[in-house]
Amino acid sequence: MTTTRSAATTFINIGERTNVTGSAKFRKLIEAGDYQAALGIARGQVDNGAQVIDVNMDEGLLDSEKAMVTFLNLIASEPDIARVPIMIDSSKWSVIEAGLKCVQGKAIVNSISMKEGEAAFLEHARKVLRYGAAVVVMAFDEQGQADTIERKVAICERAYALLTEKVGFPPEDIIFDPNIFAVATGIEEHNGYGVAFIEAARQIKRKLAHVHVSGGVSNLSFAFRGNERVRQAMHSVFLYHAIRAGLDMAIVNAGQVTIYDDIDPELRDLCEDVILNRRPDATDRLLEAAGRYKGEGQKSKEKDLAWRSAPVTERLTFALVHGINDYIEADTEAARRQANRPIEVIEGPLMAGMNVVGDLFGAGKMFLPQVVKSARVMKQAVAYLQPFLEAEKKASGLDQMPAAGKVVMATVKGDVHDIGKNIVGVVLQCNNYRVIDLGVMVPAQKILETARRENADMIGLSGLITPSLDEMCHVAAELQREGFKLPLLIGGATTSRVHTAVKITPNYALGQTIYVADASRAVGVVSRLMSDAERGPYVETVRKEYVKIRDAYLKGETSKARLTLKAARDNRFKIDWSSYAPPRPRLIGTRAFKGYKLSELVPYIDWTPFFATWELNGKYPRIFEDNVVGAEAKKLFDDAQAMLKRLVAGKWLTANAVIGFWPANAAGDDIELYADEARTSRLAVLHTLRQQMARENRSDRANTALADFVAPKESGLADYVGAFAVTAGIGEADALARHIDTTDDYGRIMLKALADRLAEAFAERMHERVRRELWGFAAREKLSPAALIAEEYRGIRPAPGYPAQPDHTEKGTLFRLLEAETAAGIKLTESFAMWPGASVSGLYFAHPDSHYFGVGKVERDQVEEYAARKGWTLEETERWLSPVLNYDRALARSEAA
Amino acid sequence: MTREQRIAALKAAAAQRILILDGAMGTMIQRHKFDEATFRGERFADHPRLVQGNNDLLVLTCPEAITDIHAGYLAAGSDIISSNTFNAQRISLADYAMEGLAYEINVAAAQLARAAADAATRRTPHQPRFVAGPLGPTNRTASISPDVNNPGFRNISFDALAEAYREQARGLIEGGVDLLLIETVFDTLNAKAAGFAVLQTFDELGVELPLIISGTITDRSGRTLSGQTAEAFYFSIRHLKPFAVGLNCALGAELMRPYLAEIAAVADTLVIAYPNAGLPNAMGEYDEGPNDMACHIEPWAKEGLLNIVGGCCGSTPEHIAEIAGRVAQYPPRQVPKLERRMRLSGLEPFVHA
Repeated sequence: MTTTRSAATTFINIGERTNVTGSAKFRKLIEAGDYQAALGIARGQVDNGAQVIDVNMDEGLLDSEKAMVTFLNLIASEPDIARVPIMIDSSKWSVIEAGLKCVQGKAIVNSISMKEGEAAFLEHARKVLRYGAAVVVMAFDEQGQADTIERKVAICERAYALLTEKVGFPPEDIIFDPNIFAVATGIEEHNGYGVAFIEAARQIKRKLAHVHVSGGVSNLSFAFRGNERVRQAMHSVFLYHAIRAGLDMAIVNAGQVTIYDDIDPELRDLCEDVILNRRPDATDRLLEAAGRYKGEGQKSKEKDLAWRSAPVTERLTFALVHGINDYIEADTEAARRQANRPIEVIEGPLMAGMNVVGDLFGAGKMFLPQVVKSARVMKQAVAYLQPFLEAEKKASGLDQMPAAGKVVMATVKGDVHDIGKNIVGVVLQCNNYRVIDLGVMVPAQKILETARRENADMIGLSGLITPSLDEMCHVAAELQREGFKLPLLIGGATTSRVHTAVKITPNYALGQTIYVADASRAVGVVSRLMSDAERGPYVETVRKEYVKIRDAYLKGETSKARLTLKAARDNRFKIDWSSYAPPRPRLIGTRAFKGYKLSELVPYIDWTPFFATWELNGKYPRIFEDNVVGAEAKKLFDDAQAMLKRLVAGKWLTANAVIGFWPANAAGDDIELYADEARTSRLAVLHTLRQQMARENRSDRANTALADFVAPKESGLADYVGAFAVTAGIGEADALARHIDTTDDYGRIMLKALADRLAEAFAERMHERVRRELWGFAAREKLSPAALIAEEYRGIRPAPGYPAQPDHTEKGTLFRLLEAETAAGIKLTESFAMWPGASVSGLYFAHPDSHYFGVGKVERDQVEEYAARKGWTLEETERWLSPVLNYDRALARSEAA
Repeated sequence: MTREQRIAALKAAAAQRILILDGAMGTMIQRHKFDEATFRGERFADHPRLVQGNNDLLVLTCPEAITDIHAGYLAAGSDIISSNTFNAQRISLADYAMEGLAYEINVAAAQLARAAADAATRRTPHQPRFVAGPLGPTNRTASISPDVNNPGFRNISFDALAEAYREQARGLIEGGVDLLLIETVFDTLNAKAAGFAVLQTFDELGVELPLIISGTITDRSGRTLSGQTAEAFYFSIRHLKPFAVGLNCALGAELMRPYLAEIAAVADTLVIAYPNAGLPNAMGEYDEGPNDMACHIEPWAKEGLLNIVGGCCGSTPEHIAEIAGRVAQYPPRQVPKLERRMRLSGLEPFVHA
């Protein structure tokens, strides 16, 4: 029983504005099919405190069933509305049943009755129970609607017995509506209707355990249509008394319930006289006074519109986050006026807002339906801008809009989950991208065919189950095999940045694979890829990031399944040597370059890492346009240029190099270097390490060692290997002492950074000369500095101590062969670091299939054999290779003992 | 034992101890790395669509493998094993153009599990074993539009779902399951359609089996995919009078705990939980070993949150054996008596004060 709780706190407000019979405005919107505005009304009800919203579509000219289904489905996509239970309100059972099939929550059915007899009543009640809803039962039987206290109570008692005894309906889910009729109509019999309801409510609550009482209040004041102020006062007074009698809920306009104490005392008394039927002339007195109280009534409570006073970019973000589209066009217009070009509104504040949405979603502070709604607001904003974008295009005669891209999307073969993919699809469509959705379980071949036929700009793969990860690798490998170059986007619940970087990306070197964390990120990624200005730098950033992730992963990969050395060798990187004629270097032996012309190196400088040294992230030269770091980067660059000029002119630094080439053949995982072309006298052996990671079933990826890039002895081919050591750091200490003030940290760091850059540039320049003249296998190569930096040439120059050969001690062999200390003035420390620091060394491989890779972790079998090959003890080997051991040294020993 | 006797035994056992459900079926199947040919078997050699990944088909084409998996879980101590029918209704099977096989697969799957469970019961008569028939969520959602431009659109109706579930429930019951398991509920409207269909099937067959309903909280927002909180989810399906209600999948035990506690606090019925073995790592594998998982779950038993426990994705017989060993010492959760209040729900719960 509710007597222990205060009546006011147990009273349930049911929003009634989404009722076509009660709200003309709502009815007109539904009739006009303007469901967007109709939803706004529902939202307003919830915002105003409705705890349940009543939805009623009973209007003769409407297809009520269809309107009910449409509106309930729409509400389901509006989390701000859908958070409260729905009251499915209709006098037609078919409409109620259609509604029950649309709500996932536990709703209230309003209503069923014994109007058509017990059989129909019982059938409907059983259905309501099976669909899982509470039920309003009208005090209505075969004889009609109950208007007296006695009949109201009697009908409810009879219905209660049927429901609880025959249907098994939980009594706490039964709500009786003993009919509120209009009072003050001028017909004398009507004067008692208010009292009849209030008294019936009192008795029903007392007699029937656990049930509730409800009523539609607006009927009460029907006589005063057009006089909102009087109607509101009547409603408030009625509720005040009915609630005290046990009314649990009422269908009211939640925004317009006047507080009882706020009613003008005179009006309150007049209303009370009418409702409680306290005097025969009550109706006349209220009618007479009503003229004086004409007016608007209390305005519906204003929504909290504080956010409207924020700057426009914040308003856009707020609207996107909260999925509010009421002001989106006005705000978009305001932002457009502030921007130079309409597209900047999309790329600036709107995307920024969507990023906030993405962050909140990622942090679990928003959930999916809200995100989907945000996407819709975004779409409206974009649609608003569309004519401006078109007009600009026309006016300028240029196609300045980013081409609306075409994306082929698919859930990969073997996977049937597509909800996430569909969401990404719609979000992209909202942003004017064309999406070709291939559906679920799509074989790789179909994806490729479609991408080719449609001339797609990119492909998006989705999957939810773990085997889909393998399938994505497969699709990537197929793209590579068929020579595609377009970006590949990866998303779905089990995918991850790490998996994308480590497992998928290496299968597809021709194009960039990009992980998309969630739907709200998709637009940002796709728009960057479609923008000619942003694509390059973006892909570059992703590429570098993934290399970093891959390296970190390979380093961190512990106790993962490894192949035996034998199995890894069986899966070595295979080159078809029978069709290969190794180019002979024009130079055999070494050649030193002392005091190399610094000015020749300057164009080869890769400036991007220079800015990274200063923790300014961005790709040169676009970094200067960056809003955040652009100005700072420009200043820094100007300073660097000034110092570089002085440095080059004043010969502050000396650049030396030594390179060499030797006849060489692979012998197992080692590379033998010979003193002569007859290859009889062995000059040195370069040891290489082999990848031992277990490869996926279907992957054709090899377990590579650097030795695989050199023709093996048994091939009978005369192959060669080169090596180099360069420095631009000779004289650095001197230069610092002579030219830079000891307190000038900026200058000191600048000089060191420039020396580093010059050393790298020197390595790049020497490698180019090697390819074009000294080894000469690419005599006609003509690449721009940018292309050089992007490594678009044949052959590689891996350095010991880096992922392809993690053993730093190999530098010892290299330096001995090159006589680097005497030839170039570069020393090795006892831990095989180079001195001066601004130095680079490495090997040259010429085969077109040679490539960079990471050895990753190695197993004990390889370490033991490597020790034997190097002539080291096992302990020594494990010490030098400790970062790449796939086992715990101490543990391995204790097991052996 | 007849089904009535088994159901009575199940209820008696649940009153005495925490019951052990099995672990992942998919994970165990995946280990076999079956190829397309194995999935097809002889019978479907010429089927026009690829069927690799249609795990439920294996009850027809590779039944020994499924029987072995059941046997593994029974040996690990499972009281209840689940037939291999997660996707075996015509809506999901239509992806493989195999909707016509729905009934047959359910009957066959139930029979395999029945035989395995009965064999185990004969070996350990003091611990009778039971078979649950899973009804998965299908690959469509009745509450969410697949087309954001048209949020009122649905690509599946309540009636179509109920029809598919009715066929599945009939197959499961006729194949011999002891209870039904509406699981991995990410859209409660789908679950309500399943419950509606199950009750209808009970009426048609003149039986009544215990029904378990298990929802899925998809992320740390604490909501189902369709946006409901755990409590709202329970209120939405409470009319089906489930034998047990709880959560499975999506989250590992560690992250599932708050939502399980939320349900345990309001459920006036048994509580079931079968989380994943942790979250899938970046490589899509489940890292949580038997000991880790059991360490997260044991406190639930200790705090009285559990009546039935098992594992979802990534769990194996080793996980189940470890969990069974750990929770055996604790009594089952006492079912609370809820005050009679009207409990409604939208995305959030609403309790009449």
